[in-house]
Amino acid sequence: MKLPYAGAIDCDIHPSVPSTAVLMPYLEPVWQSTVGMIIRGIEHMDLTSYPPNSNLACRPDWRPAAGKPAVSLEAVQTQALDHFGLQFAICNFIHGAQILTNGDLGGVLCRALNDWIAREWLDRDPRLRASIVVSLQNPDFAAEEVERLAHDKRFVQVLLLSMGELPLGRRYYWPLYKAAEKHGLPIGVHAGSMFRVAPTQSGFPSYLVEDYCTQSQAMGSQLASFVAEGVFVKFPGLRLVLIESGVTWLPSMMWRFGKDWRGTRTEVPWINTPPPAIIREHLRLTLQPFDAPPGAKDIERFFDHVGSDEVVLFSSDYPHHQFDGDEALPDGLPESMLRKILIDNPLNAYPRLRETLS
Amino acid sequence: MNTPVLERTLNKPAKFSIVDCDIHPTRRTNAELTQYMPKRWRDHMNTIGIRLPQPFMGTQPYPRMSAGNGSRMDAFPPNGGPPGCDLEFMQKQHLDPNGVEFGMLQPLSAGSSTMDLDFGAAFCSALNDWQAEQWCERDHRLRATICLTQEDTAAAIKEIERCVKNSFFAQIAVPPRSIEPFGRRRYWPLFEAAQHYGLPIAMHTHAYGPYPNGASGNTTYYIEDHYAWVNSMQTTVMSLVMEGAFERFPGLKVVMIEGGFAWAPAFSWRMDNHWSRMRSEVPHVKRPPSEYMRERVWFTTQPIEEPEKAEHLLDLIRQIGEDRIMFSTDYPHWDFDDPQHVFKVRLPEATRQSIFRDNAKALYRLG
Repeated sequence: MKLPYAGAIDCDIHPSVPSTAVLMPYLEPVWQSTVGMIIRGIEHMDLTSYPPNSNLACRPDWRPAAGKPAVSLEAVQTQALDHFGLQFAICNFIHGAQILTNGDLGGVLCRALNDWIAREWLDRDPRLRASIVVSLQNPDFAAEEVERLAHDKRFVQVLLLSMGELPLGRRYYWPLYKAAEKHGLPIGVHAGSMFRVAPTQSGFPSYLVEDYCTQSQAMGSQLASFVAEGVFVKFPGLRLVLIESGVTWLPSMMWRFGKDWRGTRTEVPWINTPPPAIIREHLRLTLQPFDAPPGAKDIERFFDHVGSDEVVLFSSDYPHHQFDGDEALPDGLPESMLRKILIDNPLNAYPRLRETLS
Repeated sequence: MNTPVLERTLNKPAKFSIVDCDIHPTRRTNAELTQYMPKRWRDHMNTIGIRLPQPFMGTQPYPRMSAGNGSRMDAFPPNGGPPGCDLEFMQKQHLDPNGVEFGMLQPLSAGSSTMDLDFGAAFCSALNDWQAEQWCERDHRLRATICLTQEDTAAAIKEIERCVKNSFFAQIAVPPRSIEPFGRRRYWPLFEAAQHYGLPIAMHTHAYGPYPNGASGNTTYYIEDHYAWVNSMQTTVMSLVMEGAFERFPGLKVVMIEGGFAWAPAFSWRMDNHWSRMRSEVPHVKRPPSEYMRERVWFTTQPIEEPEKAEHLLDLIRQIGEDRIMFSTDYPHWDFDDPQHVFKVRLPEATRQSIFRDNAKALYRLG
């Protein structure tokens, strides 16, 4: 299904970093010399989760004749912003700096990346918004980075990856969540793995397609972690956005986890609201890929199962290959929900978008 | 969950007969089991003990919220011993009042997960002999599960060949937490044997394994661990599909036990969606993953999914197929499902019979 009108808010697009070298001017001199020495080894920090030449990383007709996809503003404008008539698009840069085991270097590279994003992207097209990129290995530094950039309302979210070294609800990450809540920034968790821990309970699967399917499991477990650890009790204003999660797994998670809570709540006494209600209040999910059931009837049933029409946010996942042609919306999405998914839900999920509405 | 149900169930005769696809027998003492082991392994059991890839000896990594490693408070037998160790009490408390026509035993053996594989094989053999002699021969409603060490396929196949001579054995048990993804060729000899003997592979959720229970490391709480068991189920089915095992072994059937079933439709849509775009990577997967799932995967009901609106369960049954869902209680564990009360929505009579009895009878060729 095509977008019915212009003005949609795209909550997940992926321009990419052409090479680590572009970040050099944004690094302090001491780090310039360190990064300068090692840059040949980290010139490209593309994730194993998204092999650059796979169609997971770029739709064939969006792939440039040479070089990386979506590295130029012109490409992003032509293929996404103008083409889909977007009101806003939130740039989620996926870069190895987020998951370097060295959280000092990772944190510094993320800081440079954020400044580069502001200068090279946000300054150059008023429709663009971005997530603050931070190092998973350095939550205190990440919190400082949020404080540093909070004044710039074009940064609308903090971005983490779904598979790191610790469940994301752990108290280790709370300094970051405290800063994010203070500044009205949701925590976005995007598919992607550090590969420090086996992605499955039976080890490392053989194929990329399996790795990608596994992402929805990681998302479910991260959601369970956020709820069980009491992140939303401690930070009631915090919102979690699962990005590129597959979406339709959510009801089964809510049912099982909600029932588990009834039997085991003595273990997590701070949770005194049924998890499905907590989830509906605090969780949002971006649309693509929408792992849709075969019939329109079951798409409607999905929203009934979730019990909310507010949790899904439009995304194209540009330039990842989730749909062909202009079919950015799954067939069978109820007409009555389109405006919510395309505009209202994103505005409600990201308070900073509303603040910058012209 | 701790309300005694014994009196109520005893006072009410069962309305219909059922097949319970998940009953956990336990041993009163280790000696009950070690009598079936050669001296070497009996000594091993008594000195080094059962070493598993988890931090504690003799208990599970996440403390359960009830006694007896997570059992019904009313399931402790009056003659002592842990819940599930006393056949007469099990008959009185569960098999008779609940109208169990057949009960599938699932010893949570640990033999499949011991770090010493030779000990694991000896442990499994003892467990199999114990099931047959101490349970099935004493109550002919009960059926045994061939426990084995999936990591040593040669030993596992020997064990299958030894056990199939006894018709009490109705399936093979493999935990959904193997050292390699379960569809890998390393395990294919097992699938060959399972197919040859017409035995389904039963995959019961497993409280520990060689890897963390999450893709970002171990969860903090049991509530998260219990949810994460779903992921181990998904992983196993995915691997069997994507490695081409279901394609290669058309007779391979798996039963997902105690891992829920609400996840299955959405996960099959996800696999179809991404397989359709990335299938050049897995040319050996000839058909959409959901088709293999629909044909080869069975699900047991306990712990029953509880949607906020009970009627949503009917959507799930329709999406999965009512011929692939089989009732189970998980007796004597804390989250036991009572056959009289398990479905909070009224099932059509034919669906009820399929789920409570006929699907299992057909799969296991019972009766």
